[in-house]
Amino acid sequence: MHAAIVVFPGSNREADVARALRMSGAKVSMVWHADTALPAGTDLAVLPGGFSYGDYLRCGAIAGRAAAMDAVRAHAARGGLVLGICNGFQILCESGLLPGALMRNADRRFICHRQTLRVERTDTRFAQAYTKGQVIDVCVAHGEGNYFADPETLARIEGEGRVAFRYCDEAGAITVAANRNGSLNSIAGVYSEAANVLGMMPHPENFVEDLIGGTDGRGLFASLAA
Amino acid sequence: MKARITVTLKTGVLDPQGKAIEAALKSLGIAGVEGVRQGKVFDLEVATSDAATAQETLKAACEKLLANTVVENYAIEIA
Repeated sequence: MHAAIVVFPGSNREADVARALRMSGAKVSMVWHADTALPAGTDLAVLPGGFSYGDYLRCGAIAGRAAAMDAVRAHAARGGLVLGICNGFQILCESGLLPGALMRNADRRFICHRQTLRVERTDTRFAQAYTKGQVIDVCVAHGEGNYFADPETLARIEGEGRVAFRYCDEAGAITVAANRNGSLNSIAGVYSEAANVLGMMPHPENFVEDLIGGTDGRGLFASLAA
Repeated sequence: MKARITVTLKTGVLDPQGKAIEAALKSLGIAGVEGVRQGKVFDLEVATSDAATAQETLKAACEKLLANTVVENYAIEIA
C-alpha cells in the first residue's frame, strides 16, 4: 500500500495519519498542495485534518481547488482510493468528490471529545477489518462538522448505502444526544458511489495506541493495508 | 468596473450564526426581528468595461469558488 498525504498550508494532522498508516505497513509520502501529480504507484491519497488556508472563505473551499486536488480527482476517477479526515472531508465535499456540505455545528461550539461511531458497512477497502454494526470509540475535534445535503441527495446517499459511519451512543443506538454537531441522519462519514472515496469527520488516526486512549482507529488503517 | 457579489444560504439550510445574532438582538432589546440569516458580500474590481464580459467572469468566480452552490445562492450586481 502506497499512500500519498496531501499537505496544504494549515494542515496539522498529516504526521498522525502518516504514523497510523506506517503502523499498518503502508509506505507513506507527502505531497505539497501545489504539486500537480501524485507519486507514481500511489494507491491511496489522504487529505489530513487541520485548517487548510486558515479555513478562509469556507472550510476546505480553497484547498478543494488546489493544484494537487486535480491529481486527487484524476486518481479517484481511475478508481484510486481517497481518504479525507475532518478538514479532509470538508475538502472532499468542496471539491465535488463527495456530495453534501459540512456546516457550522448546530450548537455553534467547537466540539472536541471522544465519540462512538457505528460502522454502517464493511464491504469496502476502508472498513473490511470491522464488523457491521460494530461500535468504535474514536474522537472528534471540529467546529464545522454538521453534515448537510438536500433531501434528494440525502435520499440517494441512504438508498445507495453510502453512509460509512454514524454518531451513536456507547450501545450503538443512534440518538440525538450522540449527534453533537447536528448532522443529518447522524452521518459521520460518507462514501462515493463506487466506495473508493471516504470522507469522515472523526479522527481514527488518534486512536491507534493504547497509551493514548484506544486502538479502535486501527481497523480503518488495517483495512486499507490488507 | 466594480461589482458586488452577495452570497446567502439557501432556504432550509440551518444557519446557527444567524440564530445567535437573532438571539443577541433580542437580548439588546431590539424587538420585532423575526429572523436573521447571515451571508457574505464580496466587492470586486473587474478589468473590463463590458458588462456582459464582467457578468461572465463573475459568474465563473461564483460557481468555481465564491459560493458553494450545494448550500448557497449568489447574486451579482454590476455597478
